Amino acid sequence: MVKKLPKTDVVIVGVGWAGGIIASELTKQGLNVVGLEKGQERATEDYYMVHDELRYALRYELMQDLSKDTLTFRGNEKMRALPMRQYGSFLLGDGLGGAGVHWNGQTFRFLPYDFEIRSKTIERYGKNKIPADMTIQDWGITYDELEPYFDKFEKMAGISGEENPLGGKRSAKYPTAPMKHSPQMRMFKEATEKLNYHPYTMPSANLSEPYENPDGISRAACQYCAFCERFGCEYGAKADPVVTVIPVAKQTGKFDLRTHSWVRRILHKDGKATGVRYTDVTTGEEIEQPADTVVVTSYVFNNVKLLLNSKIGRPYDSSTGKGVIGKNYAYQVVKGSAVGYFEDEKFNNFAGAGALGMVIDDFNGDNFDHSDVDFIHGGYLSLTQTGQRPIQNNPIPKESPTWGKKFKENSLRYINKTLSVSAMGASMPYKQHYLDLDPVYKDTFGDPLIRMTYDFKDQDRNLAKFTAKKAEGILKEMGADKIDTMEELGPYNITTYQSTHNTGGVIMGEDPETSAINNYSQMWDMDNLFVVGASSFPHNSGYNPTDTVGALAYRAAEGIVKYHKNGGLLV
Amino acid sequence: MSEEKNNDQVEKENLSRRRFLRNSGIAVGGLAVGGVIGSVIPWNADTAENSEQQQKETKNYNHALMYFNQSEFRTIEAATERIFPQDDNGPGARELGVAFYIDHQLAGSYGFNARDYMQPPFFHGEKEQGYQGRLNRREIYRIGIRELQNYSHQNYDSGFTELSEEDQDKVLTDFAEEKVNITTISPSNFFLLMRSMTLEGVYSDPLYGGNKDMDGWKMRDYPGNQMNYTEIIEGDFKEIPPNSLRDHM
Ligand SMILES: Cc1cc2nc3c(=O)[nH]c(=O)nc-3n(C[C@H](O)[C@H](O)[C@H](O)COP(=O)(O)OP(=O)(O)OC[C@H]3O[C@@H](n4cnc5c(N)ncnc54)[C@H](O)[C@@H]3O)c2cc1C
Ligand code: SF4
Repeated sequence: MVKKLPKTDVVIVGVGWAGGIIASELTKQGLNVVGLEKGQERATEDYYMVHDELRYALRYELMQDLSKDTLTFRGNEKMRALPMRQYGSFLLGDGLGGAGVHWNGQTFRFLPYDFEIRSKTIERYGKNKIPADMTIQDWGITYDELEPYFDKFEKMAGISGEENPLGGKRSAKYPTAPMKHSPQMRMFKEATEKLNYHPYTMPSANLSEPYENPDGISRAACQYCAFCERFGCEYGAKADPVVTVIPVAKQTGKFDLRTHSWVRRILHKDGKATGVRYTDVTTGEEIEQPADTVVVTSYVFNNVKLLLNSKIGRPYDSSTGKGVIGKNYAYQVVKGSAVGYFEDEKFNNFAGAGALGMVIDDFNGDNFDHSDVDFIHGGYLSLTQTGQRPIQNNPIPKESPTWGKKFKENSLRYINKTLSVSAMGASMPYKQHYLDLDPVYKDTFGDPLIRMTYDFKDQDRNLAKFTAKKAEGILKEMGADKIDTMEELGPYNITTYQSTHNTGGVIMGEDPETSAINNYSQMWDMDNLFVVGASSFPHNSGYNPTDTVGALAYRAAEGIVKYHKNGGLLV
Repeated sequence: MSEEKNNDQVEKENLSRRRFLRNSGIAVGGLAVGGVIGSVIPWNADTAENSEQQQKETKNYNHALMYFNQSEFRTIEAATERIFPQDDNGPGARELGVAFYIDHQLAGSYGFNARDYMQPPFFHGEKEQGYQGRLNRREIYRIGIRELQNYSHQNYDSGFTELSEEDQDKVLTDFAEEKVNITTISPSNFFLLMRSMTLEGVYSDPLYGGNKDMDGWKMRDYPGNQMNYTEIIEGDFKEIPPNSLRDHM
């Protein structure tokens, strides 16, 4: 028996960054919003014992329980997809605030190039620069159109930073000053200046100073406590949905937040969404929540899973390239990096903050000439100081023993003498890379898992080698005595952590034939359904995704309010 | 040089352990049998005069077994000591309580793979797809330890714990390099699991049973749980005495 509840204006599936932003914006405008979150409530008080590397970083205290839901993975269509049984490559958010609770807070705008990547690449290099199976497309929105929404997200979160000399034009400065500079950051800055690059302080959602945002939310400054990514912030200094947008939504009295509510289907009739069906995981009860508008903000994988399991939209078919749901899955190419050993130095590597670092964009986007390289796009290079916790950080020179006497000696010797320069390489979509439903494996409710088909391509291998060489050059200039540089990217491996920057599957665009949503994140095929998050990225840039996710969420919220008044497609 | 010293020490500990065992588990000064001997010998010998007082204070009720039997425990203690041996830098896995840490972890949700996806069907996969077996970690350990013993007996005519350090290293290397023929588990995966859990036991907060007296942290100048680094983040390296979560209660 399904219990049917009274209808609401809007129901939101998943209350992380995207869901939280939309909840706060809609309730401020007077709409009644129900927020359904499959995980538990969260509060800053929960983090009193948070400086526990084992519990949070290695046992994934804050992440989704994989015994209940995961995905399957294969490198190509000829392989048998098998479940991701344990965490590795990326970590899925769960509970109020989603992955926004345990992110680093490195907050970048994508480049103007990104939003018009296809046109601009062809314009500068000709059609042949783009391999036949690389399915990049323009986003159906420009940087200039999205700029006000970036600004909104950054003011809400209180981003600390200084202007990126090679970034898109800004309408306003960052709301708070840049983070402090550690000695190693100063070394990176000096070295990159000498190399005629353009260093700037990494834009950070760890507040550099106390800040009150336009919603009247006040937060304390970051303490550089070094337990940031994978952890919640015990000071509320890191911008996360639980300490920013969710309280604003709650204050309106219009936000009905229900945790432990696992949404399994979007209900629809005659081309319109009518609500959602979810399970109360504490009682097992099946509940129907009718709504005028449905908003899906449950992260990339679940966004695709819900649409496919609910039979909404045209599933992507890799043999024809037709259909859209599941199309253009992309990721991030982070392994093109280098490690430097400084024999006569000793650094405070144990200290840091999630978004403490220096960056250059000289090799990102189309900021350099790609005529003579065999890839497009690029990535930022950075030196970050996030706090090297001891279980996970035991740097030893390449080829040296990984256990025993020598290992112990080396790891103790080098821990505070090692600095890395890493790349945040962009990831392009391909015809053969997509998400669909797994034919074999099921989640805890018997619904099919998402199946990922993905591997690195020549584009990624070439890009990674390129960024690794540049990283090596910077470390050399910084005076490293010995440098280990990535040599070969190798195949994509789901067992080692790279980044939780998964993208695509419900992509935006100008054309309903080749995209699932328009630039308000509104489904072309179902106008009262909005699907928001990095699932809407047609490719992934050489940056972390969340500033762009946030900007698109603010834009979607504006669209939903408009839709609520007038109905119809917004574009 | 220091290798020899280590050998001597291990020898002594083995002897005293055997003596304890003969006394059918009677614990001296409240000590459990095994590598915990290290836990009452102060790392800095100059505090020895307070040792009686210290013995009382450091009696560690947590140092008993939740999952392993005695012989399994000793095997893991010996193996993890080879992975992270005592040396001039400071204590090794044995003295830091790593084997207790592993025992306690296997008794709980991690040992049962409670938060992993363990649904069938099970197929052999590619390395890039990760672990695909049906065994949980506690089962892998039980089998792995038995195989360590079997392999030692087959190749060196005695059990793993009785081997010289060099031979123990050879056995472990053969596991790490997949030179051991077993069908139930992957020897290299077992080794990697042991290696990663050794580092966890050395460096996790002492609340989990390893990293005794934060000595794991002290060896690498790691300050553990500090509330902030605002004052030092801009400066040169600074040594800070470590704090544990216990200090934060
Ligand atoms: C360790 C780590 C570090 C990161 N660092 C950075 C960084 O420095 N910079 C950056 O830009 N990004 C970073 N990210 C990525 C960032 O966290 C995400 O981009 C962001 O949180 C995405 O927001 P979202 O709202 O789309 O999804 P999420 O925050 O994941 O929220 C989705 C929510 O939906 C819920 N949900 C899922 N399925 C259902 C269902 N069926 N029913 C109900 N609810 C459901 C989930 O429980 C979750 O709470 C990091 C991520 C991780 C894990
Ligand atoms: S590093 Fe700063 S923002 Fe991150 S958890 Fe610590 S205090 Fe909070």
